[in-house]
Amino acid sequence: MKYVDEYRDPVLIGNVAREIHTAVDAARTYRIMEVCGGHTHSIYRHGLRDVLPANIELVHGPGCPVCVLPTGRVDDGLSIARHPATILCCFGDMMRVPGTKGTPLELKAQGADIRMVYSPLDAVRLAQENPDKNVCFFAIGFETTAPSTALTILRARALGLRNFTVFANHVTIVPAMRAILDSPDMRLDGFVGPGHVATVTGCRPYEFIAAEYHKPVVVSGFEPLDILEAILMLVRQLHAGEAKVENQYRRIVPYEGNPAALRALAQVFVLRPYFEWRGLGFISQSALAIRPELAAFDAEVQFELPGVRVTDPKAAQCGEVLKGVLKPAQCKLFGKECNPERPVGALMVSSEGACAAHYRYASRTEALEV
Amino acid sequence: MPRTIVTRAEPKRSKFKRVVRFTDAHIEMAHGAGGKASRRLVEGLIAPAFANAALAPLSDAAVLSLGGTRVATTADGYVVRPLRFNGGSIGELAVNGTLNDLAVSGARAHALMASFVLEAGLPSEALRAEVEAMAAAAQRAGVPIVGGDTKVVEHGKCDGMYVTTFGIGEVDPRAQLDPRSVKPGDRVLLSGPIGDHGITILLARGELELESEVSSDTRPVWPFVEALLRTCQEGVRWMRDPTRGGVATSLNELVRDCGLAIALHEEDLPINPQVRGACELLGLDPLHIANEGQFLAVLAPSDAERGLAAVRAVPGGERATIVGEVREKPVRTVLGVMPYGGTRTIDMLVGDPLPRIC
Repeated sequence: MKYVDEYRDPVLIGNVAREIHTAVDAARTYRIMEVCGGHTHSIYRHGLRDVLPANIELVHGPGCPVCVLPTGRVDDGLSIARHPATILCCFGDMMRVPGTKGTPLELKAQGADIRMVYSPLDAVRLAQENPDKNVCFFAIGFETTAPSTALTILRARALGLRNFTVFANHVTIVPAMRAILDSPDMRLDGFVGPGHVATVTGCRPYEFIAAEYHKPVVVSGFEPLDILEAILMLVRQLHAGEAKVENQYRRIVPYEGNPAALRALAQVFVLRPYFEWRGLGFISQSALAIRPELAAFDAEVQFELPGVRVTDPKAAQCGEVLKGVLKPAQCKLFGKECNPERPVGALMVSSEGACAAHYRYASRTEALEV
Repeated sequence: MPRTIVTRAEPKRSKFKRVVRFTDAHIEMAHGAGGKASRRLVEGLIAPAFANAALAPLSDAAVLSLGGTRVATTADGYVVRPLRFNGGSIGELAVNGTLNDLAVSGARAHALMASFVLEAGLPSEALRAEVEAMAAAAQRAGVPIVGGDTKVVEHGKCDGMYVTTFGIGEVDPRAQLDPRSVKPGDRVLLSGPIGDHGITILLARGELELESEVSSDTRPVWPFVEALLRTCQEGVRWMRDPTRGGVATSLNELVRDCGLAIALHEEDLPINPQVRGACELLGLDPLHIANEGQFLAVLAPSDAERGLAAVRAVPGGERATIVGEVREKPVRTVLGVMPYGGTRTIDMLVGDPLPRIC
């Protein structure tokens, strides 16, 4: 398969892995955070930890939209599904995220009209096909998916739809990275930067990490060779005492981003003054709200939502895992009360969540030993 | 009527065997997906109520001894939506699927029965087409459909039609299948490319705006199984048709039953490019996608090459491959091994990526 097989070539992977082994300094450790959940998934899915030197420690970052969504917001979204004549649409990832009164899947099994869609435009189509129902799209995601939500809202406006709303939970990655960098228990040496977010934002928003915090960032693709090359580039920067933003994912990511997508974002969204992140708490200017002039499409305006903040189950240590302070298997609930079938914390839900990836792909014996 | 004498001894229970409890408040689609939730439903709620020695192995077919003859029986319900899809239809699945459950139990099918639940308003032509598809599939396999039942429910109470088929067959005397006979060093044979059926159904629903040439692999696997049994006899230790939950789920069931590990060489897995492409796009693992015309077999190492050649010699078996081997450790784990040395655990299907595929 083109654009896939080339980046999974065993010979090339072996070569880069050997280069990393040669490059690393055995006397030190390298704590590298892969910010994006897509990277986390790929690292586990392709068994990349097996080919890396033991002193390169990969720390899983907060870049999994489902994982950082606080329970209170899940409850708000699910309360919409309880309104009469309402269809709530969400991505498949959301279906098993537990709210306080169950997951979307459980609510659906009890009769709520909750549907899985692959694109927000599918929700618009549902609204067109069901003029007697209110259709709400439960939007989540970073800058990667926010432009498609923006275009969907513009499309709904152009179609003159009156039965379509969006429950916007889009978050932006940079404030979260800053929160991690400011955290007192931060011990990271560098970042594998979020490739898909960067297709929209470009690389410039990460320059503060190099300039202010003196940590190298390499924006990376998602195939095994991409990730290994990015790690090699980080190791080389660290050895040279450098801290700059490099773009490993040049075949997709323009350094300045995607201006059309950024324009759509600006047209539809404004920054929220603050937003709650699971595990990280309230972070200022870290999420997007729908502009007041598009309030007709804003579920937060059109529906009365409980808006109750719900604290995470005490024993679940999602926050520590999200910040990279704990490894997934070090959480008290990991693999016991919390497993991919019956997740307690959101990190166990999405395939991009560090806990789910660790549970699914890492060796069970190792998971049990930690 | 001859008395049914069940000879299959109750499998030895390890003292660590976990008691499965079913505590879910409601039935969800995932309970029908063939993965972990289905397993929990069957083991935690259904099987305990019926507990008996023939049921205990929870395999594709129950093996009974009737007057000294080993007889395999199986029943399977089909609720696939849409009723017709590229490469097959509900009627064809209902025949092949049940025949295959018998085949991987080492049994040559003798007869089928069919029970229909029909929705008022179903066009008669649609029913006729399915009945004809069933007749054709049964004829192709040389197995008569000897009885059945018909029920009709109100409009809107089922999606056109559901079919349940029941099959009975005689276990081939050469088949000595038992997961506990699997040993480290044994090889895992896969009969052909995986994921075709599940992806075909997914695309046939037209919800994804993806188009592809892929078509269902529904077919009877008995000709391959027969060739394998003829060649390897007791060297065939275990077989399964990886339908719902895919290869990953079937192999996880095996490692659970035999307490060993299986290492799958990921680069050796036969997967058609359309299926790979769709899985990459949708974030699915081909190992979790359903098949309707493939089977897995564990072969003794000395029989593996001969067995592979025998399956490949049957038309349609050309892409059979040895995809992995049985190892001692890590216990009860299916391991994916990449050509560059990376490894991953391959779990059972969790949740329900593709509802109602068969």
